Amino acid sequence: MSTLQISIYRYNPETDSAPYMQEFELDTQGRDIMVLNALEMIKQQDSSMAYRRSCREGVCGSDGMNMNGKNGLACVTPLSEVVKDNKLVLRPLPGLPVIRDLVVDMGVFYKQYESIQPYLQNDTAAPATERLQSPEEREKLDGLYECILCACCSTACPSFWWNPDKFVGPAGLLQAYRFLADSRDTATSERLARLEDPFSLFRCRGIMNCVAVCPKGLNPTRAIGKIREMLLSNAT
Amino acid sequence: MVTNITNLGRSGLSDWLIQRVSAIILAIYAVFMVLYLLFHPGLDYATWSGLFSQTWMRIFSLLAFISIAAHAWVGLWTVSTDYLKQAGARFAFQAVVMLAIFVFLVWGVQVLWGA
Repeated sequence: MSTLQISIYRYNPETDSAPYMQEFELDTQGRDIMVLNALEMIKQQDSSMAYRRSCREGVCGSDGMNMNGKNGLACVTPLSEVVKDNKLVLRPLPGLPVIRDLVVDMGVFYKQYESIQPYLQNDTAAPATERLQSPEEREKLDGLYECILCACCSTACPSFWWNPDKFVGPAGLLQAYRFLADSRDTATSERLARLEDPFSLFRCRGIMNCVAVCPKGLNPTRAIGKIREMLLSNAT
Repeated sequence: MVTNITNLGRSGLSDWLIQRVSAIILAIYAVFMVLYLLFHPGLDYATWSGLFSQTWMRIFSLLAFISIAAHAWVGLWTVSTDYLKQAGARFAFQAVVMLAIFVFLVWGVQVLWGA
């Protein structure tokens, strides 16, 4: 009966001068548990280990991390999906400052999300009841509104690694399109104008890392393409 | 909205369009060249010179040269803004690239019309 070898990125800025990898051994008793369950068992061995978690069912988006080189949510990733040769390497999401162990500072990610103004803007008079949508108009938001902002996609994107202050990133751009595609939003031209510079949207090189890692199966590259089409048809 | 003054079209959209259109022109030029060389196995100076003495070939070649100049600037400008974080080094790199592109373009015009 072999035990699982788990290597975890450790860094406590108050006591460590540099980050290091700590090795753990875990007996899963042959069960194919989720990576988050394995982390909870390791926390029993070493209670100083820090990570974020909340709902443990892929809804809250707290436990995004890099598992054997690929970003994902630990709570919905079974060991069988990521473990290779009985080894599992867990690192924080790449490209963001580490606060401690697997906990990263998501500040720049939220700042980019904020920059696309993620709320409905409508300058027409409010109707007596509510702004209605046809089923067809509502359908356009499918594949966009489901994003839980776990940051797995943006932190898998080299363009976001190099320019997190200027490139909105796949998560923010997916939400940008969610409001551009919404029939109830009237700020379309202002939204497009904010994305027209060489960085905010056009730093996307279409390598589709975002699509490969999204735990919700969403497609930011497609949304970016749609925004580009909107920009192009407005400007030519 | 991020402002920038060193990119080619001052807008991400125009840079993107320039990159796509110039890529298509370069693809057509490259395919034409490969086919021409395949159909002229024993190519001699007179035939080659004859091809480039025709006005349409000079226009086609100049179009390809301008396309490669624009394509190179958009591409290398992007590379420099990705990887060169120190502003002085980035500007120096961009200046060298711009100078090289300018020299090659003028030289290309001289080759096309000088012979």
